[in-house]
Amino acid sequence: MSSSKNLASGNDPVPNRIHARPVPRPGRLVAAAVVLVLAAMAANALITNDNFRWDVVWLYLRDIVIIRGVMWTLILTFGSMAIAVVLAVTLAMMRRSDNPVMRWVSWLWIWFFRGTPIYTQLIFWGLLGVLYPRLSLGIPFGPEFFSFRTDDVLTVFWLALFGLAFNESAYLAEIMRAGLTSVDPGQAEAAKALGMKDGKIMRRVILPQAMRVIVPPTGNETISMLKTTSLVVAVPLTFELTYATSAMGNRQFVTIPFLVIAALWYLLITSILMVGQHYLEKYYGRGFGTATGRRGRGKGPGGRQAAIAAAGTVKEDVNREVTP
Amino acid sequence: MSVGAGSTTAPADATDMVSVRAVHKVFGHGQEAVHVLKGVDLDVARGEVTVILGPSGSGKSTLLRCINELEEITGGSVVVGGDLMGYRKDAKGTLHRLHPKAVAKQRSRIGMVFQRFHLFPHMTALENIMEAPVQVRGMSKKAAKQRALELIERVGLSDRMEHYPAQLSGGQQQRVAIARALAMDPELMLFDEPTSALDPELVGEVLSVMQDLAKSGMTMIVVTHEIGFAREVADHVVFMDDGVIVETGPPSAVLDDPQEERTQNFLSHVL
Repeated sequence: MSSSKNLASGNDPVPNRIHARPVPRPGRLVAAAVVLVLAAMAANALITNDNFRWDVVWLYLRDIVIIRGVMWTLILTFGSMAIAVVLAVTLAMMRRSDNPVMRWVSWLWIWFFRGTPIYTQLIFWGLLGVLYPRLSLGIPFGPEFFSFRTDDVLTVFWLALFGLAFNESAYLAEIMRAGLTSVDPGQAEAAKALGMKDGKIMRRVILPQAMRVIVPPTGNETISMLKTTSLVVAVPLTFELTYATSAMGNRQFVTIPFLVIAALWYLLITSILMVGQHYLEKYYGRGFGTATGRRGRGKGPGGRQAAIAAAGTVKEDVNREVTP
Repeated sequence: MSVGAGSTTAPADATDMVSVRAVHKVFGHGQEAVHVLKGVDLDVARGEVTVILGPSGSGKSTLLRCINELEEITGGSVVVGGDLMGYRKDAKGTLHRLHPKAVAKQRSRIGMVFQRFHLFPHMTALENIMEAPVQVRGMSKKAAKQRALELIERVGLSDRMEHYPAQLSGGQQQRVAIARALAMDPELMLFDEPTSALDPELVGEVLSVMQDLAKSGMTMIVVTHEIGFAREVADHVVFMDDGVIVETGPPSAVLDDPQEERTQNFLSHVL
């Protein structure tokens, strides 16, 4: 019991509590002082240097062109991540399939999109209209029902969106596969024994547990994607934040403050994403370890075990009562 | 109860809940193949409790897993409640493998309790019990909750229903796992070493829930090392070794007066 009330009233449950002098650590103080001085120097260099033109930064930070750039960046980030997640779940399940054709196609997709640079891929998507001027819908190797000019339908926005999504799906598929593999096979077996069908087992039992492993690296990928969207100039799509700010900077003959504006917006969005990720992790961590989630926090033997585990002084997982 | 390997002609009793005939199970292929079950016959009548004993590696758990199709059998047949498990026999006698959905339906009538509980860790005790009735039977959440509350009371854990599995002791987890299996109103309950992963002081609470269940007339097949439980609760005791049933009979016969040397040997080690 760590109740401070007890301590104050002299009811310490540990009658012989140890009050020893800590080991002297002068090095810690010195190190902290050095780091603080360096940080102060860096802050001073940022604020007092007129070349940053903070007045320009402040003036254009909420400029309508910049805000539009932020909107496009957000649309590209979330749009491509959403498509990539759907593709990645499909790819990961294909990788686990009994059907060798499915496994092979999934492997090939991941191999290609991970194996080539995203910038090259985006240039390639931009040239799709040159490679295939007309696209058509019909029976494979048979008659066509209708056809259209590639550039009329697949605008630079769609090409950029799918270009980013296809590349990301390869990375996410590997993250999902790791997540699915991390779930104890006994879980699927228990669900099977209850008469659940394969689809239900995946949706209700395996995926929710895999999410615990999948969410942190996926949050990382989302933050990475936020910055990767700046490469869509290769398609070329020219509305997003990096292009918008640098174009403005070039027009006004001051590059640096506009780079700072872009950096500040990216930092702000990243911070918001990090908050979202924290709550997602908490939700999918329910029932596991110390993050007990919605209900019954710290009750029963689990809470006790969790407290021991949280201290971090015990190597083996004290939550495991079973012999492996 | 029929004894011995390969007696394919033994007729299934009409009151039999489970009828296992000449079941063989081979894991792997070619050089790597392991012959785990070598022609097992087993009959369990409705309302009976059968305890399977035997050294580790004798095929007890595999037999249990073959009964509810967690493992596909290599030879022989398993009939549960009059249904041939996993296959359909056409007029010419040719076997057709059943669609996974049909197999899932067959399994939903058989409850299973595992050595390592396998509760769903992301669901509370109550949600674990409600899961299959809602997702498999399509029961309304309200009705499923009502039923789950009854079941959790039956296993004596009403005060723990909002807890996650990680917040429960091993014995409590296993009692929730039993309630979860009972929620599907099974005709048959399979227990695969239900107390082997528990600390000694937690074994009793699980065994007493199982004993109550047996008294209520549930048909049960229990793989266990708890000789006391076998003696007290079982109608039949089956001793398995090396993939075959060596000896079978009422507990008094098999446990106190074993006829086979292998049974005598095993019992002298565990008693």
